[in-house]
Amino acid sequence: MTEKKTMTHGVNLEALGRSRKRLSLAEETRAIEVQDLALYYGAKQALMGINMLIPRHRVTAFIGPSGCGKSTLLRCFNRMNDLVEGVRITGRILLDDEDIHAKKVNVAELRRRVGMVFQKPNPFPKSIYENVAYGLRLQGVKDRRVLDDAVERALRGAALWDEVKDRLQENALGMSGGQQQRLVIARAIAVEPEVLLLDEPASALDPISTLKIEELIYELKDRYTILIVTHNMQQAARVSDYTAFMYLGELVEYADTDTLFTNPSQRQTEDYITGRYG
Amino acid sequence: MAMRKFTKWYQSGAPWVWLSAGAVSICLLMVFGILLLIVMRGMGYFWPGELVQLTYRDGAQETVLVGEFQEHEQVPAAQLRAAGIELPAEQKTVQRHLFKVGNRDVLGQDFRWLLDTHITAKHYPAELVVLERREWGNFYGYLKAIKRDGNVVAEGEAAYRELSGRLDGALKLHGEIRTIEKQQIGAINYSLERLRLDRRVLELEGEDTPEALAELEQERLALEERYKTLQTSLVTLYQESKHDGVVMQDANGQEKEILLSQVVRVYQPNAMSVIDKCRHYLTKVWEFVTDEPREANTEGGIFPAIFGTVVMVMIMTVFVTPLGVIAAVYLREYARQGALTRTVRIAVNNLAGVPSIVYGVFGLGFFVYFLGGSIDQLFFPEALPAPTFGTPGLLWSSLTLALLTLPVVIVATEEGLSRIPRSVREGSLALGATKAETLWRIVLPMASPALMTGLILAVARAAGEVAPLMLVGVVKLAPALPLDMNAPYLHLDRKLMHLGFHVFDVGFQSPNVEAARPLVYATALLLVVVIVVLNLLAIYIRNRLREKYRTLEG
Repeated sequence: MTEKKTMTHGVNLEALGRSRKRLSLAEETRAIEVQDLALYYGAKQALMGINMLIPRHRVTAFIGPSGCGKSTLLRCFNRMNDLVEGVRITGRILLDDEDIHAKKVNVAELRRRVGMVFQKPNPFPKSIYENVAYGLRLQGVKDRRVLDDAVERALRGAALWDEVKDRLQENALGMSGGQQQRLVIARAIAVEPEVLLLDEPASALDPISTLKIEELIYELKDRYTILIVTHNMQQAARVSDYTAFMYLGELVEYADTDTLFTNPSQRQTEDYITGRYG
Repeated sequence: MAMRKFTKWYQSGAPWVWLSAGAVSICLLMVFGILLLIVMRGMGYFWPGELVQLTYRDGAQETVLVGEFQEHEQVPAAQLRAAGIELPAEQKTVQRHLFKVGNRDVLGQDFRWLLDTHITAKHYPAELVVLERREWGNFYGYLKAIKRDGNVVAEGEAAYRELSGRLDGALKLHGEIRTIEKQQIGAINYSLERLRLDRRVLELEGEDTPEALAELEQERLALEERYKTLQTSLVTLYQESKHDGVVMQDANGQEKEILLSQVVRVYQPNAMSVIDKCRHYLTKVWEFVTDEPREANTEGGIFPAIFGTVVMVMIMTVFVTPLGVIAAVYLREYARQGALTRTVRIAVNNLAGVPSIVYGVFGLGFFVYFLGGSIDQLFFPEALPAPTFGTPGLLWSSLTLALLTLPVVIVATEEGLSRIPRSVREGSLALGATKAETLWRIVLPMASPALMTGLILAVARAAGEVAPLMLVGVVKLAPALPLDMNAPYLHLDRKLMHLGFHVFDVGFQSPNVEAARPLVYATALLLVVVIVVLNLLAIYIRNRLREKYRTLEG
């Protein structure tokens, strides 16, 4: 039901899908490199030796059944798992060839470079303006004009400016769910990150809001490396350039989206995308 | 059949609705009952009662009494007969009245118990006058004449009309005298004391060079000079205030001359219309709220007690808020959750159950004697052996109460912190905020309504607490307010008056309990009002914060 509606509204996405040219991982410049990444919650291993290259300024989708570790993997990229007690990580994640787990890395600085949007919209109980300016204020930006410009740019970037430009000082909690999620994206891009992590950004939204978010992702990929976790395979097929299929903590198959969906090399992948399980 | 019906009724859940509704109603009844009692007793006190002139036959002797009825009660006749009072045989109970006769300086006591059967006649003459005096309580009687320097100025009917103008003059004089005594001479005395201490400092530090001493001496002389001028004008004012007097006649026809400077207020209650009485009532209430107490706290106002209570509660809030919040933040956000934090939490909760007098004893031992004593040794050696902070006072009262209310604030703040959704914290962290920045900018503002709830509870508890204060700073009569015009303006070392202690003192420690009883109710009412006002203020702030930091749904 949800799916159909998205499709009927998704005119330009369909067009985008058709005009997509063949992509190949080998020809991309890499933004992130994952080497033998394993993650343990206490004694339980959640990620098993992941190796992958994530291309710059592309959308990479992670799909797989619940509990396969795709969100956990995503949260590794900005070290959000540091907050969970009892987590142990081995292996390396290189962002621009630098290990993000190195001692000299400042976690706050890393998270500024790797923005994140969560499943449920989580605006702060502040005004729309202050929500977007939050990251900049953290960096000590006080100049009103700089802030104004950055807020406008971020809101335009998140396709929200026209809807909220007259009520920037209103509480962000008064917005609709879809607007809140785009506000959260605006908040994330206001600090000019290099990478955007989207953790099921549309799963709590209605079809029209979902569509807007998808369009937004398409527009943002020119400037950001985007990693998106989604439950929705059609969504992955529509928005992503590359797709990774994960199962039980392992990276089963990783290829450009067209190949993965039309001609998967692994049996498990095929079973999953044809709906035989998951 | 009936059994089945009952079972059905029982199973429908209706009994539980009735039971819980009944419990709520009983609680409400008790609360409103006590409030109603306090309001009725307390508010009635200021209404001008009618003055009665009655003839009382005690055995063969007949006396004429003037005064007002205060209370009535039924006494078994047998009890009175046993005490040797003759009563008609058929009577089972007798009504007994508490009658305020006033004129304490003439009669020795201002209340008498009268038996209804012994009252032979009652009149309500309109000319009866109540003279509210600064000392010796009310005088009831007839106004005979007004005198100036011993010469009669007005007599009879004309006297009462003449009186109000002259009384205004006398009150004005009294006001001037008080201003000079309390404020101007008070300030000079304060400066003189400071000079004495400065001199002592110089001596202690061995810097008492002749030049320095001469300088101090010069300042002292200047102050003495000013003191002398004030003293002279004071003497003039005092003499002036002794010119006017009134001649009163009491119920027995005895005449008595009273100086107008001794009089606060004159009225003829029996001649007053309802509007006059209302106006009188309002002025009395105003006096009660804004004036200082007279006559061992049984007359006049209770402003210093209101002021003391409010200031102390506010200073307590200033202490308890940061301390409680920081402790709660550490317990909830930073400390590793485990057996130790659980123990600490249980300990904090148990602190709330410790009897408050224990806090008082601790406050006296630790704050007053140890901390205060050390402060005196270190910073105020010049005043020793007289203590500055090493004696009960405002600061120590506030700190003791802060300690007492700390658990409430910690528990409420922790509760609030735990309710902030994880998603919002992660949102902030994901933008590159550190944990401290997230706490400061997002989590604490969002938890502030819960913190305010804790503060409301703390304020309510602190404002009503008396027992520990008796040990660490509250007195029956404080010579000066903790806030005045002499630097440093807020005197944390001073003793204070407190409404709760006032209730205890006036009600149970007063030499004139009968006269003071209605005042106990009025004071209690005011204490309730002060607490309600403080709470409403806090609730208002909390609701504003709630609106501002509405937490995310779900």
